[in-house]
Amino acid sequence: MQKRVEELTIIDKQVIRNDYICWEIQSDKVFDKIVPGQFINIHVKDSPGTFARRPFSIHTIDYHHNSIQFMMKVVGDGTKALSKLEIGDKMDVVYPLGNGFSISDEEESLLVGGGYGVAPLYHVAQELIAKGKKPCFLFGARTQNNFILLDRFKNIAELFITTEDGSAGHKGLVTDHPIWKERIASIKKIYSCGPESMMEAVAHIAEKNNILCEASLDQVMCCGVGVCLSCIKNTIRGNEATCLHGPVFNTNDIVW
Amino acid sequence: MVDLSVDIGGLIIKTPVMTASGTCGYGEELVDFMNIPDLGALVVKGTTLEPRQGNDYPRMTETASGLLNSIGLQNKGVHYFHDELYPRIEHLNDHIIVNVSGSRIEDYVSVCEILSDLTKCTAVEVNISCPNIKEGGIAFGTSCSEAAKVTKEVRKVWKKHMMVKLSPNVTHIAEIAKAVEDEGADSVSLVNTFLAMAIDAQSRKPILSTITGGLSGPAIKPIALNMVWQVYQAVKIPVIGMGGIMNAKDAIEFILAGATAIQVGTATFIDPASCIKVIRGIEEYCNEQGVKNVRELIGGLII
Repeated sequence: MQKRVEELTIIDKQVIRNDYICWEIQSDKVFDKIVPGQFINIHVKDSPGTFARRPFSIHTIDYHHNSIQFMMKVVGDGTKALSKLEIGDKMDVVYPLGNGFSISDEEESLLVGGGYGVAPLYHVAQELIAKGKKPCFLFGARTQNNFILLDRFKNIAELFITTEDGSAGHKGLVTDHPIWKERIASIKKIYSCGPESMMEAVAHIAEKNNILCEASLDQVMCCGVGVCLSCIKNTIRGNEATCLHGPVFNTNDIVW
Repeated sequence: MVDLSVDIGGLIIKTPVMTASGTCGYGEELVDFMNIPDLGALVVKGTTLEPRQGNDYPRMTETASGLLNSIGLQNKGVHYFHDELYPRIEHLNDHIIVNVSGSRIEDYVSVCEILSDLTKCTAVEVNISCPNIKEGGIAFGTSCSEAAKVTKEVRKVWKKHMMVKLSPNVTHIAEIAKAVEDEGADSVSLVNTFLAMAIDAQSRKPILSTITGGLSGPAIKPIALNMVWQVYQAVKIPVIGMGGIMNAKDAIEFILAGATAIQVGTATFIDPASCIKVIRGIEEYCNEQGVKNVRELIGGLII
């Protein structure tokens, strides 16, 4: 879909455990195809110390209502200012940005997420399911309380979790989960999003087992359209702007 | 109908608004947001003789009312521009201005020679003011004799419009402007970014990988405006103003201070359609003020 700058209206706001917000924003124009893994870049008003836009992955799209859902963790001045907006208010958004995941035809795929990096994997799973495929989620967090909206994911596909403190699921990192041993032969594609160390570890497993793997990188961004060159990642082709050539990369192309 | 065309020194452009180098890529990144042919000129990313990877990440941080960057002239080199990029973008504007940078004077000369045969490349912007490369760049722009030397050598090989981009990191910017005017510059563009830094108090470390970088955005606008005013009074060649222009009102201020045309830079990072919005706004201003021709406003500051 063509990129655009637009004022979208907030039609839903769910505050989860004080510091996570799940937003739904609506356009009055019809959406063309938005690819899972693409992101939006929001202008922050009423925050004197905030100058650059703030990027967020798209969690899911409602094509009937031309609305976008995305999740936000309130961490700094920019997200704090945005968190004060209410249903009916407008957000100044540049979207849809970045390349997104390539939703391919592999029968079985593993969607590995960490922290609130799980958000865009919901949209990935929806697309896979629509194609008749069987995605499976594997999410990791430090502790049980770092997971959000797990039920939502559980409702559409099989879900495995790990926690570093053992408060839920398998104790350890996502890469320690037994599913790797049990299903490694049948998994043909990995989609990952989360902390870079997690995505790198997952990429190494994928490489060793010859599995196609894509990761959505989270460099600090500014323009979101590939002109400021601040969000670069070193790849086999040299430094590339993750907002334009990514955020999703084939992990074999990334120089970690 | 307002006449927005201006003559920037033997080169007539249809509106006084250009992109600023390093803030619009090669124009193709912005085609979804605006009609690039409507711009006065498209000033593309800084180009060097050899490809450059640029500086390490992190390269940018926000500050109050501005951005601090140290990209370090990441580009694929002039040959790649000439053979691959130019054919892709030549339809985007009648004036594709290439910002030329280098570590040695010979590099500036070589780059300009290679660009000479590109029809739509009607001008170069000689960048003697990049604060983010280890050698060259700003070093040429902070001394009158060095600035004159680069201008003189480029002038020998570049027969089309030569714009020289000045650094604000000097005591008397008007002196530098006069030095490049004397060596044949057709126009001067100013200002590039201000040397600045940002520190993370928690970790006690610099935020940028290069420790220091260049500050841009609304934070620098009043200083840039003064510099344009100073240079306008000192030289006869046209002045291209820039530094924190976010909207048409800012652009008009620069034109009143003496700028014949202006460049929009950091604003594009916040709104990728900024350039076109500035053009529309200038047109509205002229209509409201009964100005038939934007040229009437150049240096029109009432004192």
